[in-house]
Amino acid sequence: MKVGVMALTVLKNLVKGPATIRYPYQPAKVTPVTRGHLVITIDDCIFCGLCRMHCPADAIEVSKPDRTWRLNQFQCVICGCCVSYCPKDCLSIEQIYLPPTTEATIVTVTGPEPEKKEGQGEEVAG
Amino acid sequence: MKQPQQTIETIAVEDLINRVHSFHDDGYRLVQISCAAEGEAFEVTYSFDKDLTLTHLRIPASPDKPIPSISRIYLASFVYENEIADLFGIPFTGIAIDYKGTFIRTSIPHPFGSSQISVVKKKPEGQHE
Amino acid sequence: MSKQIIVPFGPQHPVLPEPIHLDLVLEDERVVEAIPSIGYVHRGLEKLVEKRDYKDYVFISERICGICSFIHGATYCQGVEQIMGIEIPRRAEFLRAIWSEYSRMHSHLLWLGCFADGMGYENLFMNCWKVREKILDVLERTTGGRVIQGVNRVGGVSRDMDAAELKRILSEIPSLRDDFTELTRIFDEDLTVQTRTKGIGILPKDKAWDLGAVGPVIRGSGHAVDVRSTGYGAYDELDFKPVVRDEADCYARCMVRAEELFTSLDLIENAIDRIPAGDIMVPVKGNPSGEYYARAEQPRGEVIHYVKANGKKNLARHRVRTPTLANVPALVQMLAGCELADVPVIVLTIDPCIGCMER
Repeated sequence: MKVGVMALTVLKNLVKGPATIRYPYQPAKVTPVTRGHLVITIDDCIFCGLCRMHCPADAIEVSKPDRTWRLNQFQCVICGCCVSYCPKDCLSIEQIYLPPTTEATIVTVTGPEPEKKEGQGEEVAG
Repeated sequence: MKQPQQTIETIAVEDLINRVHSFHDDGYRLVQISCAAEGEAFEVTYSFDKDLTLTHLRIPASPDKPIPSISRIYLASFVYENEIADLFGIPFTGIAIDYKGTFIRTSIPHPFGSSQISVVKKKPEGQHE
Repeated sequence: MSKQIIVPFGPQHPVLPEPIHLDLVLEDERVVEAIPSIGYVHRGLEKLVEKRDYKDYVFISERICGICSFIHGATYCQGVEQIMGIEIPRRAEFLRAIWSEYSRMHSHLLWLGCFADGMGYENLFMNCWKVREKILDVLERTTGGRVIQGVNRVGGVSRDMDAAELKRILSEIPSLRDDFTELTRIFDEDLTVQTRTKGIGILPKDKAWDLGAVGPVIRGSGHAVDVRSTGYGAYDELDFKPVVRDEADCYARCMVRAEELFTSLDLIENAIDRIPAGDIMVPVKGNPSGEYYARAEQPRGEVIHYVKANGKKNLARHRVRTPTLANVPALVQMLAGCELADVPVIVLTIDPCIGCMER
């Protein structure tokens, strides 16, 4: 009887395939509410600095004179605290997990000049 | 709000051993010992549990006045007493297993004891070791 | 008899997920005494409360532990809500209970897996974690985080579950129950498990009480100590009965955890049946003042969050007495007199979570 049970399990496993996902070669499972990484719509940002003040991980730096918003993605814990504080709702969390890296990634986003037109650039410093 | 209100009884250090003895005899379980700063001084709170109700005893404490250890009555108190001694620098006398400051190893001695720690905001660094 | 030698155990050891160091005093193969020492992962999270807004600190309190994170956050919120006199909506309390039970199941399955791995039963380990994945999926679907849920707020929870989601959870419970039955059967009947656990690491009933053990350790020794019986949060409306075993050995502690999986499923069914409609959050204004010892039942046992505030934006003191810290004296008692080869199994049965323990 035990042999029968085992044979059944073996057959089932052959048909069903592995229970694991070969991440990162295959994309990870995500749901519509998954907290993957933090992004900013810089055009709406007023550089108030509330996200910096409330970040539990001190991952955000905001500079009003330079009009930059800077995120240390290694420090960010993707809690969503800044998203709930943002007065202009320009912060949001996307579903995709960031790929693993060996170096800290700091994203600096420069906003458009207040009266002039856009000068938006995105650079990733390693 | 449905949670029960808690009363904390403040007693003198000299009465501590007697009171803890009576708690032990009444079949209470030692839940925890905690320490908190109260102004310049500290307060050490002992919590006991019986039938899932908490009872608290509180004694005043300071780094230069040793507190008698209750680990002769409740052996379990040695973890909490060593922890308070290491983090706050409040001495305990006669702990059953005394680690003499090596239970929690911190780079700064007694980090919770005095205001010697200040949070420094570092600039984000490009390199991460 | 023979002379004593001291064998260091940890902080790096294959069975230990986290660093704890034990000095084992041996006489031949028998442990005479074990002296624990910790302090490898002290992060000073309690100190951080003095620098952070009490509302933002919820996220930090969730990160005290990587496994029982949800209940840490919920208990911290309970404490702050108590001193601020906030009555949170009933629905939020029910949602907290549902998520708490889910995180309890995921923690217990993780532990059962690690335990199987610790005694060298790798297939069982993988199977436990396969089932755990289903629970993590539910958590991710409903909260957005697999392990760190991040839905607790002072004043309620930030995410609701709609009727369709609750129904879906209910429909998944029977298959989970089947999986648990199969896993529990292996832990209950398998010869490998039995020989590694039965009669090993005895913690007598009176000793367990005296040493202030909590959670499955004390319930495995015959005391019905479970904070959920006090009816905090939504638990007063749920039919809860603590799981208690009398054998007082590693097997009893293992089976307590295995049976709690079913209790959790029952509680979730219960909660979904009785969950009231309504808001999930109340607005919180002002700063807290006062002190409170909030307690809750974690997978590892009773946790105490002491919050003390004096009317400022930052709390004056936050102290967490985690269940592992309370179980260390019991561990020392269990280790005295056991065989060296059983040390890993006994250490695992208290479900050590060192990150929690040192904060």
